[in-house]
Amino acid sequence: MIDLLNFHIIPGLVLGSIYALGAIGVSLVFGILRFANFAHGDTMTLGTYITYTFIHLTPLYGIVALPLALLIAVPAAMIATGLIVLIIDRLFYRPFRNSPVIIVVIASFGMMLMIRSSIEMIWGPQLKAMITGIQPPWFFFDTIRVLPKHVAILIAALVLMGIIHYLLSHTKIGKAMRAMADSPDLARVTGIDTERVVKATWMIGTALAVAAGVFLALDGQMKPLMGFSVLLAVFASAILGGIGRPYGAMAGGLVIGVAEELSTYPWIGDGPLLSPGYKAGVSFAIMVAMLIWRPNGLFKGKVF
Amino acid sequence: MEQLYGYFLYSLSLLTFGGIYAILCLGLNIQWGFTGLFNAGVAGFFAIGAYVSAILTAPESPRHLGGYDLPIPVGVFIAMVVCVPVAWAIGRVCIRLRSDYLAIATLGIAEIIRLVFKNELWATNGARGVSFVPKPFEAWDSPWDQIAMALVVLVIVALLYIAIELARTSPWGRLMAAIREDEPAALAAGKNVERFRLEAFVIGAVVMALGGAMMAHYIKFVDPKMAEPLKATFLVWVMLIAGGSGNNKGAILGAMLLWFIWSITETIAPIIIPDSFAHVVYPFHLVASWFLPEAWMATPIAPDPVTGLDSWDSKAPFLRVFLIGLALQIVLQKFSSGILPEQRLQSLADTDDASARAARSSPS
Repeated sequence: MIDLLNFHIIPGLVLGSIYALGAIGVSLVFGILRFANFAHGDTMTLGTYITYTFIHLTPLYGIVALPLALLIAVPAAMIATGLIVLIIDRLFYRPFRNSPVIIVVIASFGMMLMIRSSIEMIWGPQLKAMITGIQPPWFFFDTIRVLPKHVAILIAALVLMGIIHYLLSHTKIGKAMRAMADSPDLARVTGIDTERVVKATWMIGTALAVAAGVFLALDGQMKPLMGFSVLLAVFASAILGGIGRPYGAMAGGLVIGVAEELSTYPWIGDGPLLSPGYKAGVSFAIMVAMLIWRPNGLFKGKVF
Repeated sequence: MEQLYGYFLYSLSLLTFGGIYAILCLGLNIQWGFTGLFNAGVAGFFAIGAYVSAILTAPESPRHLGGYDLPIPVGVFIAMVVCVPVAWAIGRVCIRLRSDYLAIATLGIAEIIRLVFKNELWATNGARGVSFVPKPFEAWDSPWDQIAMALVVLVIVALLYIAIELARTSPWGRLMAAIREDEPAALAAGKNVERFRLEAFVIGAVVMALGGAMMAHYIKFVDPKMAEPLKATFLVWVMLIAGGSGNNKGAILGAMLLWFIWSITETIAPIIIPDSFAHVVYPFHLVASWFLPEAWMATPIAPDPVTGLDSWDSKAPFLRVFLIGLALQIVLQKFSSGILPEQRLQSLADTDDASARAARSSPS
């Protein structure tokens, strides 16, 4: 029974919070710009590689431990990646603001290829490790076994979600974002600067994507396809939570992450319920089922 | 002479691959170009066609299901037939979804199909794939087998073109255009919109399966990598958009053209470009090297420690993907209807183009 907690639920929560951070960005962009951004996964990857670069640039690296280097490098990477995404938006998405939605989706297809290949050209296609060496796990009550990096990821994800909650509910720009997600025309009539809201959306979504990517790299390895490989799980989380609902996306991410890990637990007999090779398929299956039977998600999101 | 012969064989392979991509593009054109169904799961149907035909015709092997030794045309035909219920089931549940939801769902389903082929070792030999898939005319002498294969593919493309062009101008095709342009009107005219969209989805998927089967027999091998979205889905989309969606000639032209570019940048670029490419990239590299530690930047001089290749050579394939993405953006912004724009049917020609295009994306 303790194996269930140690090897399935805790890793599931970690994976789930990574999905949740990615899904908030997808959900915000969908709510405000009204399109499914297929390049979001590759934005995660880009942010991770930029963070990696910053860590190696930080003069502190080697003097201070990795956690402090990350605390400096990640926010810097969030800003840098955010600026890149703003340039991308200006060049490749903004020309289509008044075009049919589908054109922007296809443009984000192209962006996905461009970001990914740029990463492969600049940093190379090989695997890299954000941290090296093996961490000994912490034990609680002699039975509960947790990796320190997992604790750090969970705490950091919670803090980030708290900040997002504050931004959306207590700041002017956050309220403007919610207003625009509810009704773009009404928002424009009340004098909201929609392009400013769009910029804020990209910055916030990208910042969370960078965090998600870095956590993913800490949990495993860095490779140019890491973001794309979780893209569908991130979409699944956003859809499960109700698209355009950032809080739903948080819940959706956790559900999908835990469901993926639980699918390999030996519920019946000795072998895993589902072969680990199909783990990624769990989120797609949940997503397709949701799209068909409850397209507005668990939390009554939008159906456009 | 030797070299000329090599170029001749290479251009045959260009034609054959381009023709197979043209088949995929024509399939996607039925779904997206005519009916407006955003299928991002081309790779799934492509893989089903490839695997079914390969398993039915490959010699017996203890590693995978097989030993049926059926003739190639029978294998290809069954592969297309198998695709019907699969596409019907997928379409049945997904067809109602709005454009980008449909894209997400089909992309997810294609990934599940890929996982099945990768994990069901007893049937497919997993990641190692099915080899020794028979190739038509293998027994013939060297240039003739390649010529015959290229001809077969091109004849299939021509027949498909004629068939789809007939369908397009038939009442069925006009109804597809009507559904895409103005679904409520088609509904009001008493048409069973969902059924016709499903028909277009299934027919398009069967054509994609045909493309997959031809690919399996041409390269004599199938593995789960064939179902990866980059080459089997996104490239096909770029081909169709660049060629002109809704136009069958455009679909074929886009497939051929993009495949020529794709292939030539792979085969010829490393031979003739390295120096000039290095000159283009070197300034950027120099600037980057001021900021980035030498230790982990691939330098233009030293070979890559992991791949062992000269690093510019190893980067050329990624530059190609970048250029394909950029080409897509340029086409979308500057030539949004592609090289050969859709030839609108008479009855629709006088409707306002802008409102028609807006209607294409309106919620169902």
